[in-house]
Amino acid sequence: MAELTYREAVARGIAQEMRRDPTLVMIGEDIAAAGGVFKTTVGLVDEFGPDRIRDTPISEQAILGAAMGAAMTGTPVIAEIMFSDFLAVCWDIVANEIAKSRYMTNGQVSFPLVIRTANGGGVRFGAQHSQSVENWAMMIPGLKVVAPSSVEDVIGLMAAAVRDPDPVVFFEHKALMGAKAEIPDGEIVDELGVATVLREGSDVTIAALAAMVPRAVEAAERLDQAGISAEVIDVRSLVPLDTRTLLASVEKTGRFFTVEENPRLCGWGAELVSIVADEAFWSLDGPSVRITTPHIPLPSAASLEDLAIPSVDRITETVQKTVEAGGGA
Amino acid sequence: MSTEPSTDPRNDPRYDYALMEPRLPQPLDGSLVDAPIELETRLSMYERLQLLRQWGKRAHDLFLQNLVKGTTHLSLGQEAIATGFGEALQPDDYTFATYRGHAHSLARGIDPGAALAELLGRENGILGGKGGSMHLTDVSKGMMGSYAIIGAHLCTANGAAWSAQMRGTDQVAVAFFGDGTTNIGAFHEALNMAVVWNLPVVFVCENNLYMEYTPIDAVTAVARPAADRAAAYGLDGVVIDGNDPDAVYLTASDALRKARDGGGPSLIEAITYRSGGHSRADPGKYRPKAEVEAWAERDPIPMYRSRLQKLGVDEDRLSSIEDQVARAIDEATEFAKGGPEPGEGALMTEVYADGGSRWRN
Repeated sequence: MAELTYREAVARGIAQEMRRDPTLVMIGEDIAAAGGVFKTTVGLVDEFGPDRIRDTPISEQAILGAAMGAAMTGTPVIAEIMFSDFLAVCWDIVANEIAKSRYMTNGQVSFPLVIRTANGGGVRFGAQHSQSVENWAMMIPGLKVVAPSSVEDVIGLMAAAVRDPDPVVFFEHKALMGAKAEIPDGEIVDELGVATVLREGSDVTIAALAAMVPRAVEAAERLDQAGISAEVIDVRSLVPLDTRTLLASVEKTGRFFTVEENPRLCGWGAELVSIVADEAFWSLDGPSVRITTPHIPLPSAASLEDLAIPSVDRITETVQKTVEAGGGA
Repeated sequence: MSTEPSTDPRNDPRYDYALMEPRLPQPLDGSLVDAPIELETRLSMYERLQLLRQWGKRAHDLFLQNLVKGTTHLSLGQEAIATGFGEALQPDDYTFATYRGHAHSLARGIDPGAALAELLGRENGILGGKGGSMHLTDVSKGMMGSYAIIGAHLCTANGAAWSAQMRGTDQVAVAFFGDGTTNIGAFHEALNMAVVWNLPVVFVCENNLYMEYTPIDAVTAVARPAADRAAAYGLDGVVIDGNDPDAVYLTASDALRKARDGGGPSLIEAITYRSGGHSRADPGKYRPKAEVEAWAERDPIPMYRSRLQKLGVDEDRLSSIEDQVARAIDEATEFAKGGPEPGEGALMTEVYADGGSRWRN
């Protein structure tokens, strides 16, 4: 066992996979000697050398193009896009080239690659360095999408993403970088497409992702004191999506909430709510409610950013009001 | 004689490119007849030229018969570039092409029938009907794909070259693209990274003088859209006659050798001309008549045929190559037309590596 931070877990997960597979390489801006702007790649160049941990120019298209070309010719790649907002600069490579080429060549090419990126707000970086864009990736056929909330999940899901033969967009949350946990020694390998029930409950189901997970758990503790038993599900993997776990929970509780950091429109929770409406409608005892950041770019000032992103207070109040309005949970 | 300034925008060459000065081809370099190229190599290139030309014409005919839906971007007139490179490449080298990728695909040995069937949207198409005209690919032949959004595939070619470098092979990646690509950011990102990483990659700009419908010189800061940018990346600004298969073959051989020997990337600008419009929807009326006529005189096929005659190849040999290709194209057409349309079973396959499209449990 060792205490590890979320950011150290990124490096540990990558190192674990690079030791296992000597052909695996990683590229990105400032990832080698500098150890990454979020210090998520510290020490990797020392162990694996500058050929396998390779610094790039500020050229996001060239970075992901190189990852694509290498992956399709037998060299698996982890590519870092420093801030997830920057995915917009190279979205053609992600959405049109990497995601579509397998289908349009009828399976002639595979892309064993991981696009790692620092996602989300809460760190006062302003609108161009804070957005939660996991829904951008979720809506593109051909991609897989994960967003770990815990230190151990970072390692296990990194391993699963690297070992997956499809392109995976791996969202690391900026606000969680300093989170700590005791982590067992040895290899940790998780599975894509599996949601985790973090807290069992009988009255409501709350589905959350990444930095919203600890807030949902805290809200559930408070709701407990108000007499509402909340089940909290860490969605973890948007594609593949573990609808079985979600639907089983809603069938038990009859109430469904999502906590999303993305701006309101077309957030990942909209798809979940739609699935619940289609497939668990007769289990529902009231409306499904999405708790999201409003449809705004994120502001920089601490007071404003805190108002924008779903807080423990807002989650607790929204669930409580909805349940009370529906009459008895 | 003074003329009144016209207020009619149609008299302004900025409005009507057909009024601009025609962009005429450079005179043919007759000395290439003595270039050190084996006659068998030249005959092989002539056969390849014929294949690319006759296939392109057949694709156009099938379009006129309404058998090709959607769009096509033909390589007619530009075949010498794919031909010269096709001859010079090793079987395990990588080709990355654009939506105008038929010639490059055929030059790497993609099956002509399966390629035509793909244009027809048939199950026996090289992509099972899922890709279409703009995405011809045959990984087994080193044809790593045809990509229809300008710029990205130069970055992807870097990746294939980098992979070869990491795996310690002597494979080279070649990216073909048009003059219009030189004005998009990915071109510049790709060149910079290729030089910094000393990648075994060759960038081939096919400058056919028009980006799509607009003359490239009307929208580009420099006269040679690729070659004049080369210095910015520490590369030589190489300009060649893209209608002369010998010139292309010699330049390609040099660039490929340099890449294989660890000498890094090359950027080649091959000047050529599209016989037709940008795509099937474009008759190309914006081009000055004198220009179209002058370039028709420089069509690579009759030019190369007469060079071979000068080198002593007799008429029978040449027409036997042409007839043999014609028969192959007829067979390819029958194969393509004979294929069924893909059924529902194909719709949901190959989104993910497990062969399916499942995104949930």
